[in-house]
Amino acid sequence: MNFTTRKAIPLVLLLLLGSVFYALFAGYTPDETLNRSASYYASQTVQDTGAQNVVTAIIVTYRGLDTLGEVTVLFLTAAIVGLVLAHSKAPKGRSGSGFLPSGELLTTGTRMLVPVILLFGAYVFLNGHLTPGGGFQGGAIVASAMLLMLLSDSAERFSHRLISRIESSAGLTYVILGLLGMLFAGGFLDNRILPLGSFGSILSAGAIPLIYALIGLKVGAEFSSILTSLEATEDSQ
Amino acid sequence: MNLVQISLATGFLLILLGLYGALTNRDILRMIVSFTIADTGVNVVLVAVGYLPGREAPILDTIPVAEAASRITDPVPQALVLTAIVIGLGVTALMLAYAYRLFRARGSLDISEFTELKW
Amino acid sequence: MTLLTFMAALLAVASLGAAVIALVTRSTVVAVLSAGLVSLFASVMFLLLAAPDVAMTEAAIGSGLTTFLFFFVLGRIRREGTK
Repeated sequence: MNFTTRKAIPLVLLLLLGSVFYALFAGYTPDETLNRSASYYASQTVQDTGAQNVVTAIIVTYRGLDTLGEVTVLFLTAAIVGLVLAHSKAPKGRSGSGFLPSGELLTTGTRMLVPVILLFGAYVFLNGHLTPGGGFQGGAIVASAMLLMLLSDSAERFSHRLISRIESSAGLTYVILGLLGMLFAGGFLDNRILPLGSFGSILSAGAIPLIYALIGLKVGAEFSSILTSLEATEDSQ
Repeated sequence: MNLVQISLATGFLLILLGLYGALTNRDILRMIVSFTIADTGVNVVLVAVGYLPGREAPILDTIPVAEAASRITDPVPQALVLTAIVIGLGVTALMLAYAYRLFRARGSLDISEFTELKW
Repeated sequence: MTLLTFMAALLAVASLGAAVIALVTRSTVVAVLSAGLVSLFASVMFLLLAAPDVAMTEAAIGSGLTTFLFFFVLGRIRREGTK
């Protein structure tokens, strides 16, 4: 295979794919009204779940099983990343970040900012049923606090064992809450095991804030463990 | 051109650009960067398909519940894309971990050095 | 042409430009940063498309954490490559 055919094959493939995309693009007209499932979600969410944010209601309640599967996929990813990189653990006390050693400013700033960031993450995932946000966004914010600690070398206080404890207990409680939904309400992961409360207040929407907080903790722990295993392992000579 | 058409075109072009980069780059890290661009493009396309012109975000704090079905956009693609973004990070982390292992094994990130499965 | 359409067109040009920079640049660091920029512009576009949840997720995960994952791996590869 010579040089020009090697260059030409990707271009031909992309030209074909691009013509498919162009046909899709040219023939697309946006709908005037919602389709049936979406209009069901729009009109019944408040009555069924008591949540203000329809996206949250779909993720946590209507398609809760999908979210459980997704969190499991994320757990598997974290486990595989840890396994693939397991042979090059850092010796104790050595920084693995590969950046310059952290200065006084970064260390002090981390000490001040990490609690605030954790608080903000908790705010985001506890208000997921009222405002934009929720477990995945809040989990990413919690993981960014972990990232800051990794950058300033103070991550030893936040041990890997604690991360895995948080991760596994949050996952277990999530599944138990789902099973409680089968026992006391309409089905697996039904949020009506707790009273729906008054619409629009923080303690409303049944079990949604609880479940989303658990998802947030689990996602945050999984992202943190991916970050630590990609960062903290050092070439062992 | 309206908002939906511009976003759809952007998403499709991002997919094409990302795939072109993934097919033509030699460096494994650059291939992974291209894949994340294609990933973003897919998400933009999905959200643009769910958008109905002139409607508001699917959050019922200012919208009365009775009018919800006629005033909010489709929430289902948004839930789908939310999960897709999170899984996308997982996939990227996995690709990066394998790329690092390949670098440890061979001391190089050039894809043409890895010829075991080539015929 | 409304303000919304104008902003969308601006964002489209910016994100496509960043994607092209990510593909043609010689330095991997610039490529990673440009990919993060594509995600950031896409998240503003999600906001215009009435999807604030998706916009938050994309900004936090797509452009924040992904970029740092790339830099961690890049840092390790650099350090071992120079030894």
